Amino acid sequence: MALSIVHRATGVALYVGTLLLAWWLIAAASGPAAYAHVQAFTGSIIGRLIVFGYTWALMHHMLSGIRHFVWDLGYGFKANEREALTWGALIGGIALTVLVWIIAYAIGGGR
Amino acid sequence: MSATDTPKRSMRTPLGRVRNLGAAHSGTSDFWRQRITGVAMTLLMIPVIVIVMMLLGRNQAGAAQILGSLPIAVILLLFIFASAWHMKIGMQVVIEDYVHNEKLKLVSIMLNNFFSIAVALASTYAILKLSSGV
Repeated sequence: MALSIVHRATGVALYVGTLLLAWWLIAAASGPAAYAHVQAFTGSIIGRLIVFGYTWALMHHMLSGIRHFVWDLGYGFKANEREALTWGALIGGIALTVLVWIIAYAIGGGR
Repeated sequence: MSATDTPKRSMRTPLGRVRNLGAAHSGTSDFWRQRITGVAMTLLMIPVIVIVMMLLGRNQAGAAQILGSLPIAVILLLFIFASAWHMKIGMQVVIEDYVHNEKLKLVSIMLNNFFSIAVALASTYAILKLSSGV
């Protein structure tokens, strides 16, 4: 599995994505008009796709990072363990992303 | 390394030691900070997701009220601080791996610092402004 490049790619995506996070916080601090711009963007199809992608990048990078913590501590180096950790991060990242979005829509975030 | 080359006695700078392929004796600090900030963000992940969920569907007045409350502001400030530091180190590793032109590498690493600090300060300023209710 060559998933370390995905860890890196999601990291770079999250790096750029902090601009969206900063924009959102600054808008909230600026006033209703600025905040409405952010909401218009995150509510659009493109905006939603980007935020969905951002959620996945964050979830995957976190789980993939935990995998690295396990290795840092000296565990999980056997071939089957490496495979399990990698698949766990891959499937877990997708599962958590879907879960977060289901909850978000359930509590009315989809309006 | 000769005995006179030990950090205590030596008059050489860390850069001098590195240029002569000796150890700068601070080589693991970024590695360690990358781990601290990573663990911090993992611990903060659930609270941060809850905060974002709380804000969904609210207008600016509602969002500002939530973001301005003390525990939420502190959680977000910690998360911002950890992410900015984490992403600065991470991007530097990426730059050092892929950018081989020395001048371009220097400029890229500098821009990476500027970007990370700017994002962190702008976000921090926004949170503090919301907290002070100005």
